Amino acid sequence: MISILIRRILSLVITLLVVSLLIFTVMDLLPGDPAAIMLGTSASPDTLAALRTQLGLDQPLPVRYLAWLAGVFRGDLGQSYTYGVPVAGLIAERLAVTIPLALMAIVLSVLVAVPLGVQAARKHNGVFDFVAGLLSYISIAVPAFWVGLLLIILFSTTLGLMPAGGFPGWDAGFFAGLNALLMPAVALALPQAGVLTRVARAAVLEVMNEDFVRTARAKGLSEGIAIWRHAVPNAMVPVVTMLGLQFTFLIAGAVLVENVFNLPGLGRLAYQALSQRDIVVMQDVVLFFSGLVILMNFLVDLAYLLIDPRLRAGAQ
Amino acid sequence: MTRVLRRPVFLIGLVITLALFAVALLSLVWTPFPPTRMQIVQRLKAPLEFGLLGTDQFGRDVASMLMVGAWNSLSTSILAVLIGASVGTAVGVIVAMRRGLLELVVMRGCDIVFAVPPILSAMMLGAFIGSGRFTAIIAIAVFMVPVFARLTLSAALQIWTRDYVTAAIGMGRPKARITLAHVLPNISNQIIVQVTIQLGLAILTEAGLSFLGLGMPPPAPTWGRMLADSQTFLGQAPWLALMPGLAIALAVLGLNMLGDGLRDLLDPRDNS
Repeated sequence: MISILIRRILSLVITLLVVSLLIFTVMDLLPGDPAAIMLGTSASPDTLAALRTQLGLDQPLPVRYLAWLAGVFRGDLGQSYTYGVPVAGLIAERLAVTIPLALMAIVLSVLVAVPLGVQAARKHNGVFDFVAGLLSYISIAVPAFWVGLLLIILFSTTLGLMPAGGFPGWDAGFFAGLNALLMPAVALALPQAGVLTRVARAAVLEVMNEDFVRTARAKGLSEGIAIWRHAVPNAMVPVVTMLGLQFTFLIAGAVLVENVFNLPGLGRLAYQALSQRDIVVMQDVVLFFSGLVILMNFLVDLAYLLIDPRLRAGAQ
Repeated sequence: MTRVLRRPVFLIGLVITLALFAVALLSLVWTPFPPTRMQIVQRLKAPLEFGLLGTDQFGRDVASMLMVGAWNSLSTSILAVLIGASVGTAVGVIVAMRRGLLELVVMRGCDIVFAVPPILSAMMLGAFIGSGRFTAIIAIAVFMVPVFARLTLSAALQIWTRDYVTAAIGMGRPKARITLAHVLPNISNQIIVQVTIQLGLAILTEAGLSFLGLGMPPPAPTWGRMLADSQTFLGQAPWLALMPGLAIALAVLGLNMLGDGLRDLLDPRDNS
């Protein structure tokens, strides 16, 4: 177990290093001088040269990469050109919105999808199963940012029940913050819930007829208890896997939904960095998001080992 | 569920997809109004009050814009998926042929590419080479490569264990010829199914990119930008936000259903 863990962590570190090197190199190979992009066309050659030095662009790529890497270990991601503050602080500030948003979306989607999928599996080929199947088809097809717009039309501009966007900050109170994140989280959760319902349904169907579930029923447990206590935990492996695989899409969805609701999250920061041509911020945000996706997949891998002892044996 | 739905899923998917293609192609020769013609006097008219689906803030006909948007969205997505599928499939079959260290490197590479969502790579590309259709196509295609490489590799590896392939190896056929003669034809069904499903995903992504202003530049109408523009008028003209979203959802729904239906039809063994 320990040796597997060490191997996985090693591979995680290598992957993260390669990703950062790759993004660094790609950005270097792309046509266009970051300093010129950031300053616009009207900049004088002197300002341009000054910014190039400030950004370290006059150094060769390996030197810049190593300097950046060393900075990461010190928690220094460079300076934002437009905001004039350290990027690390900017990212940390924005994470206070994006992480709760993503977590809320994950929790909401699991809370909806697992009972729906379990029920669909119990009544498979029945009306409930058909309706759940149809709903998951539809929810997978709708863009999250459009759901956001519809929620704003319904609950904000028409009924006036919810804020149409913006974030008061956690200082305004825990519930005020949650309230501002509720509609964005629902919009983000919907497509996820569709995918997860399908996975949960298929997984429960598969284990429902296995011996241990039959034994539980033979012991006199009701079908509901037998399924929730014995079938559902065993069906969680594919659900967790799917959560990991879907994380990339959750991030992409968050970038869009944050822009719909004007939330000061990481996705909005990336978008603002793009429109202000703040290359340093953008590079760091892209690296951060990619690192998050890789880390998530690593955690899912670990979760497997914890949930399913058969995989643990297989990995050795 | 699949047994009950099998035929209907395929048929509904096929009908929606055909309708989508028909509308997109029709927009090349005919739209009710020129999609970029502005008539400020007719601005923000409700559906049926002017044209079939009303007008936007510049008095442009929403129905015509949606039709051209279908073409813009489809053509961008098809190009992106075709590029991603070709490169990914080529990588997959080559790795299946060679294996060894190459497999390890390529699979790790797939993990890495897959870790950067297309929205972010489009932003990165957009900052350097400018946003536009080309950027959108490249960003989506790059993301598709690992999807197809992984699928092709695992499918092709199964074919390489088949008796007829062993026989072909025994007869001294070169690996490249076996790949062309046996491997590719036998995995083509799975690739076709995946192309259909990924096309739906590409449409969703393209809509997201143009929503952020990373897609085709104005005045070309795109579903994503129509949604972005509608944001200012959510209280005044909510239908502006309704129609493009419905168009996206319907297009993706149709392609997903078609893909699932095709999978069931093409693979009789998988009846789960």
